[in-house]
Amino acid sequence: MEEKLTLFKNRKRFGIEKNIDIIFKNTALVLSSFVAIILLGIILVVFFQSFESFSRYGLKFLVTSEWNPVKDEYGAFTAIYGTLVTSFFSLLITIPLGVGTAIFITEDFVPKVVREIIGSFVELLAAIPSVVLGLWAIFVMEPFFRAFFVFLHNFFGWIPLFSTEPTGRNSLLAILILVVMLLPIVTSIARDSLNQVPKKLRNAAYGIGASRWKTIFSVILPAALSGIMAGVLLALGRAMGETMAVTMIIGNSNAFSWSLLSPGYTISSMLANQFGEADGSQVSSLFYAAFVLMILSLVVNIFAQLLVKKFSLKY
Amino acid sequence: MNSLYYQKRLSRNIGDKFFTSLSVICALIAILPLIFLVTYILYKGGSQITPELFTLEPNPPGDDLDAGGINPALIGTLIITSIASIIAIPVGVGGGIYLAEYSKGGAFSRFIRFGVNVLAGVPSIIAGVFIYALIVSTKILFGSMYSGLAGGMALSILMLPTVIKTTDEGLKLVPNELRYASLGVGASMYTTILKVTLPSAFRSIATGVVLGIARAAGETAPLIFTALFSYYYITGFGDLFYEMGSLAVLIYNFALEPYDAQNKLAWAASFILVLSILSVNIFSRILAAFTEKTKRV
Repeated sequence: MEEKLTLFKNRKRFGIEKNIDIIFKNTALVLSSFVAIILLGIILVVFFQSFESFSRYGLKFLVTSEWNPVKDEYGAFTAIYGTLVTSFFSLLITIPLGVGTAIFITEDFVPKVVREIIGSFVELLAAIPSVVLGLWAIFVMEPFFRAFFVFLHNFFGWIPLFSTEPTGRNSLLAILILVVMLLPIVTSIARDSLNQVPKKLRNAAYGIGASRWKTIFSVILPAALSGIMAGVLLALGRAMGETMAVTMIIGNSNAFSWSLLSPGYTISSMLANQFGEADGSQVSSLFYAAFVLMILSLVVNIFAQLLVKKFSLKY
Repeated sequence: MNSLYYQKRLSRNIGDKFFTSLSVICALIAILPLIFLVTYILYKGGSQITPELFTLEPNPPGDDLDAGGINPALIGTLIITSIASIIAIPVGVGGGIYLAEYSKGGAFSRFIRFGVNVLAGVPSIIAGVFIYALIVSTKILFGSMYSGLAGGMALSILMLPTVIKTTDEGLKLVPNELRYASLGVGASMYTTILKVTLPSAFRSIATGVVLGIARAAGETAPLIFTALFSYYYITGFGDLFYEMGSLAVLIYNFALEPYDAQNKLAWAASFILVLSILSVNIFSRILAAFTEKTKRV
C-alpha cells in the first residue's frame, strides 16, 4: 500500500495531524509487543522463582516422587507421570472418536442441517467451563462408572494399569473427563481440515472406482492429516495444562502408582491444590513444577504451529 | 451386466457398511454424553434457583441446611471479568490494529502472531502462577495480597490472545478498496482506521471479543490463588483490593465440600454460569450466521 501513496508524498499535512498519526501508530506497535513482553515475562518469572529449587534438586526433581514439606524433600515424578499418562490415554480415546465424528459430519450420511446442528453443538460444548465439568464428574460420572471400574479390576487386575482396588476418585476418571473436554477440539479441527480437502480429489478417487471408505482412507484422510495432527497437538497441550476438572476428580495423591484406578496427581492439579497454602522452599518447588509444565506445553504448541505452517496450502 | 448393479455381498460394500456404522457409533458416543451433560446441568441446577440465591451471602460450610446465596460470587465474577476486559480489550484491539493495518509481514509481526498463538496455548493455571509471583506475593498493589484486581489481571492474560486474533482477522477481511478510498480523499492513516476500517469490522471483532469474555468468565484456575474467595458482600470500590469471590471458584470450593447444602449451591452457580455462557455463544452464532447471509445478498 505504501508505494501507491508516493504520489501524495509532497502534500503537506498539519503538524498536529501528523503527530497524532505517528503517536497512533506507535501506540499500536507498543500494544502489539505486549504479547511478547507477557510471554517472555511468564517464562522469566516462573524460571527465576523456581531457581532456588532448581539449583538444589537439579534434574533429580524430575525423577523422584518424594513430596515432603516437613523434610524439605521435593520431587515431581508422580505429577509429571500423571500429566503424561492422563494426556496420553485421553488422546488415545479422543483421536478415533473425534476423527470418526468429524468424518460423520463431513460425509453425507445424514442431511446437511442435521450435520450442521451436530457440528455446532459439539463446538458449543467447548465453551462449558471445566470447573462445571469437574462438578459433573464428581456427582454423576464417578457413581456411574464405579461398578465398571470394579469389573475392570476384577477381570484385568493382572495388568499393572488396573492393579489397584478402585476407591472413589482416580486417574481413569480424570482421563474420561479429559476425553469429554478434548472431543470438541479434535472434532472441530478435524472437521475443518477434512472440509478443506479439494472436492476434485474426492471426485477423482470416485472416478477410478474407489468406494467411499477407500476414498476416505487413501485420499481424504492423508490429505487432511497435517491439519488433524495440528489439532491433536493442540488438544495435547490443552490436556496437559487442564486444571480444574482434573483436580476435582483425580483424587490428588502423591503416592506413586502405575495403576489408573488409584488416585493420582498432575502438575496442574498439584499447583491448584498446594499453591494457596505453600511457603518456603515448597513455593519454589511448585514454581519448578510449573516451569516443567510450561516447557512441556510450549514445546507441544510450538511444534503444532510449525506443523500448521509447514503443511498448510499443500495442494 | 450384473456388475452394473449394487451388490450387497461384495467385500468392498460390506467394508463400507462396516466403517459407516463405525463412524455413526463414534458420533453417537461423542454426542450422547455431551447432551446428557448439558441437560443434567440445566436440570439439576435449574431446580435450585430461588430469588434468595441472588441476594444472600453464602453461609460458611457447616452441616446446617441453609447454604445462603451466591450474590458476592455473582457480582465478583462480573467485576473480575470487567477488569480483565478493561485491560485486554484496548491492548488486544491496539495490537490487532498494528498487525493488520501497519505491519508489512516482516519478522516482527510474524513473531507477534506466533507469540499470540503460543500465549493462547499457555495453560490457564500458569497465568495464575505468573500473577501470583508478580503481584500477589510482592504485594505491589498497595500492600494487598490476594485481590479481585489481581484475579482480573490473570484473566486478562487469557483473554488477550483471543482479542488480538479476532481483531487481526476481522480487519484483514475488510476490503482494501475501502482503505484506498479513505486515504485517497486525504484522510490520514489513523482517521482511516478509526472511521473506516474498524467500524466495518466492528461486528466480527465484537463477536470474537464477547466469546472471549464468556470464556474468561468460566475460568477458575487463574483465580484460585490470585482472587481467592470471599463469603462477604462487595460493598465498595475498596473491595477490589481484597479477596473476591467468583462463581467459578465457588463451584470449585463447594463441589469439594462434604455437605449437601453447599453442593446444591455449586449446582445453582453452574446453572447460571453455563446458561449465560451458552446463551452468549448461541446468540453470537446466530448473529454471525445472519450477517453472513445479508452479506451474500
